Amino acid sequence: MIVPRKKLNFWERLYLPAIAGGFKVTSKHFVNTFFRGNTAAKETSDGFYPEHKWVVGEGYRGAPYLVKDQEGNTKCVSCQLCEFVCPPKAIRITPPGPSGEMADRPNAEKMPKEFEINMLRCIFCGFCQEVCPEEAIFLQKDYSLSGLTRKEMIYDKEKLLALGGVSGGIQKWKNKAEEAEEQESFPVKP
Amino acid sequence: MDWNFVIWSLVKIIAVIFLAVMPIVAYAVLAERKISAWIQDRVGPNRTAPPLLAKIPIIGPFLISLGIFQPIADGLKFILKEDFTPAHVRKVYFSLAPAIAMIPALMTVAVIPFGSNLGEQAMVIANLDVGVLYTFGIVSLSVYGIVLAGYASNSKYPFLGGIRSSAQMVSYEISMGMSVIPIFMIVGNLNLSEVIRYQAEHGWMILYAPLSFVIFLVAAFAETNRLPFDLPESETELVGGYHTEYSSMRFGLFFMGEYAAMVAVSAMMVVLFFGGWTLPFGGLDQPAESIGMGIAHIGIFVGKLLCFMGLIIWVRWMLPRFRYDQLMDLGWRRFIPLALLNILITAIVLWFTTK
Repeated sequence: MIVPRKKLNFWERLYLPAIAGGFKVTSKHFVNTFFRGNTAAKETSDGFYPEHKWVVGEGYRGAPYLVKDQEGNTKCVSCQLCEFVCPPKAIRITPPGPSGEMADRPNAEKMPKEFEINMLRCIFCGFCQEVCPEEAIFLQKDYSLSGLTRKEMIYDKEKLLALGGVSGGIQKWKNKAEEAEEQESFPVKP
Repeated sequence: MDWNFVIWSLVKIIAVIFLAVMPIVAYAVLAERKISAWIQDRVGPNRTAPPLLAKIPIIGPFLISLGIFQPIADGLKFILKEDFTPAHVRKVYFSLAPAIAMIPALMTVAVIPFGSNLGEQAMVIANLDVGVLYTFGIVSLSVYGIVLAGYASNSKYPFLGGIRSSAQMVSYEISMGMSVIPIFMIVGNLNLSEVIRYQAEHGWMILYAPLSFVIFLVAAFAETNRLPFDLPESETELVGGYHTEYSSMRFGLFFMGEYAAMVAVSAMMVVLFFGGWTLPFGGLDQPAESIGMGIAHIGIFVGKLLCFMGLIIWVRWMLPRFRYDQLMDLGWRRFIPLALLNILITAIVLWFTTK
């Protein structure tokens, strides 16, 4: 597609209307801030940043955290899709291995032995949330992460779960277990 | 050897550089941050506070909210930061470039008459008869600092910035130089003090040569690498342009050099078009006879200069950056013919009005 470029007339080619327009806009904002004391910070939150944190809107993509289901079990099944999709390679998952610990949830196969997100590398892109088949990782509303050391900024499983909180929804593995149980008795319920 | 002259010149140099230009540069940075903040619905620096000062009632918090102490903190930060030299740079030129960027801007100030006189001393460091030629000679050196920085950094973005600046600054120097020719045709003298004296008698030069002023103003923006012509720097496309690889005080020198160049072109505009230290009423257009009047003249000059600094800062947030071909087109195909026409018209008018 070719967007036709608008031919500028003589007056516009002098750049004067653009300069006048620019002056109008900037002086409007200047007067509004300098004389009336209105600032963007006052409009979006009560005051300025460190004292008054900005309240993020719905759908904001902050730091990714692991979530638990409504029964307090780890939802992650250590499939490593997020690790694979992560563009800056911020996620590192250590699977439990063949003789590892079983998942918290009944009927689910496994859960990660260790799940680390390096928040210094993370770019908050949301691919991990997008790719997760278990709805176990969500980008939440934290945007200002800080620490004194690099090591501190690598969030481990406990920390991620603690920060992530609970996110309910369909309990896939529980439903499967119930279905399997129903298969045992005959005739099968409709 | 005239020791009196040497000592007074040294005093004036030190006073002008360390009591005028450097503080103006430091506070121009603060003004830039504050004005940009106000234009963008922010508040700007308002937290830097030296110890104990916040305890003073009313005045202390007010000064802190203005960010008065921010330049001091910035300066300290520049000095204390690690001066990092990347391994891939050409070391000699890399160290040389910031100095070359800074020095011409300071040298230009030498011929600017920033006041009439204090006692016996004329308030100009070097009262050269070729004042303007000297200025343009020095200004054309400032391109070397940037080009050398771009070349010495030995990486692509600084290199592109250097290339851009070399073309841009060389082109706009031509229109800048030609724009002021009508003034000297009218005045008949290249000495800047004489230009001011002429303006005190006949009215400000902007009334005689408004087109010259417009061309000079635009060329000044291009020469100081300010928006809308900040192509050598252009943060959005070239990271930081020619100073990408620099850190600490070496970067600080480029930064201060830019603002010192702003001071220099503002001073030039004040002297050439707005009557220098004179005001056309209250007897302020005659050389001072008392110390008080001398200080008043310096105050008038600084006031006019600060107005221009404000204009340059404001324009930065007003206009988007030009595209490179538009910049060249404006320089070569609009302003140079316009400047030539301006010279021609001035010559014709002078032919008919003078005997």
